[in-house]
Amino acid sequence: MNMVKDFISGEELILICRERDIDISRAMAERECLVFEMTQQEVWSKMERAWHIMKDSATAALKTDLKSMGGLIGGEARKIKERGEQGGNHVCGRVIAKAISYAMGVLEVNASMGLIVAAPTAGSSGVIPGTFLSVMEEMNFSDEDMIRALFNAGAIGYLIALNATVSGAEGGCQSEVGSASAMAASAITELMGGSPRQCLSAASSALSNILGLVCDPVGGLVEAPCQQRNAMGVANALISAEIALSGINNIVPFDEMVNVMYQVGTSLPSELRETAKGGMAIAPSACSRCIDYN
Amino acid sequence: MKTISVFDIIGPNMIGPSSSHTAGALRIAHLARNMVKGEVASVKFILYGSFAQTYKGHGTDKALVAGMLGLSTEDHRIKDSLELARKNGLEYSFEPNMLEKVDHPNTVNILILDDKGETTQVKGISIGGGRAVIQEINGVEINFSGEYHTVIIYHKDLPGVVANITKVLSDHNINIAFMKLYRETRGSIAYSIIEADEPINEEAVNKIENLPNVEKAMLIEKF
Repeated sequence: MNMVKDFISGEELILICRERDIDISRAMAERECLVFEMTQQEVWSKMERAWHIMKDSATAALKTDLKSMGGLIGGEARKIKERGEQGGNHVCGRVIAKAISYAMGVLEVNASMGLIVAAPTAGSSGVIPGTFLSVMEEMNFSDEDMIRALFNAGAIGYLIALNATVSGAEGGCQSEVGSASAMAASAITELMGGSPRQCLSAASSALSNILGLVCDPVGGLVEAPCQQRNAMGVANALISAEIALSGINNIVPFDEMVNVMYQVGTSLPSELRETAKGGMAIAPSACSRCIDYN
Repeated sequence: MKTISVFDIIGPNMIGPSSSHTAGALRIAHLARNMVKGEVASVKFILYGSFAQTYKGHGTDKALVAGMLGLSTEDHRIKDSLELARKNGLEYSFEPNMLEKVDHPNTVNILILDDKGETTQVKGISIGGGRAVIQEINGVEINFSGEYHTVIIYHKDLPGVVANITKVLSDHNINIAFMKLYRETRGSIAYSIIEADEPINEEAVNKIENLPNVEKAMLIEKF
């Protein structure tokens, strides 16, 4: 049997999956073993560790009060959870309510110098843990299922990093939360039984929904609007998965959409690409909330 | 271009908030620390650009001190690194410089005074994703990332010195991945930076240091 080759596009990835009748997660795990000369056990253990850090980071804010370094966030994850516990009807549904609580919690951990997994970046580190943990709990998946799904997410992120960018300074929040959202959308689609092509369609839809999303960090920090954007990223991932699993394809396939995202990103003015010189970062209320350190 | 691993995407595992302003900053300081032979007595961090503007909110100050103390990017003690430094008798100071223009927005110039009274100057940039590049040592422009096992050799700029160095590595079966040679001016001090795939053993480094016209050989473990 042929070992999986390296791949540099969504189309190549789909070919490999079809030839070998495997999922995207398996193709990515095998690529890692092949390219970096590691055993399956080593690769799995490493991903298992990342998953455990993700879970801890998603739940830590629900257990203790975490105040951010810049003072702009802290306590949001708990508020969402408590609303549900006090009998409030989750208008966005339980899966999303749980997922955004977890996602926002990760950003609280991140902003208070806690341990997180950049996936693909620290600024977007809430999307995957939030989406994954909620779906795992609400739909009874196992840790093994989720660790496997992380390889799928990694494949999408790898293709975006290779052919476009995962840096807000280059492509705006599109490239960070947008990419994380596409990664989660694809992974959840595989988890729910979708085909590799459906996974890429989910990722493409997720990207198409956030085209033009700017990076306008208040105070230049990774707090606001980052935390709420991670919540948006979760919701975007879940709806994109739902759409793809229903057999609805995006008119623009994944590889082209990655390029679209890149073109849109690089045409954003620098004021809207992580310089804190535009967008919300210069809104009067945002400026006045920032603690002046210097 | 470096081949991308799935763990470059699902990862790095890091103390937040920012891979460039926290993890990358720690990395620069950690590498700088390993470029000094003695114990670090005091250190001054001169911050430029974005580092200068947001260093407190991003914990860049704590990350730099943590790196100087040898902590990894995942260490939960990073948050308390300033107290840790005080306990360990490490003096530190920060100087934000927002006037001087630099090429990269995440630049830090580190001045280290060791217990023997020697100063080492190291300038580095944080390029994103937790990665960094060391760009200058003691006024000489260099370029290395610390992503390979590295040995930095200070030697006289004379014929034959580099050949002797590579002979020692060859004798120890060490495969050179990258090798760069820099010098201040012709005939003065030169720096050879050798990056290898495999670990470079202490014995090889000591042999290099004892070669004629070699002043110092520093082993920088892959980090």
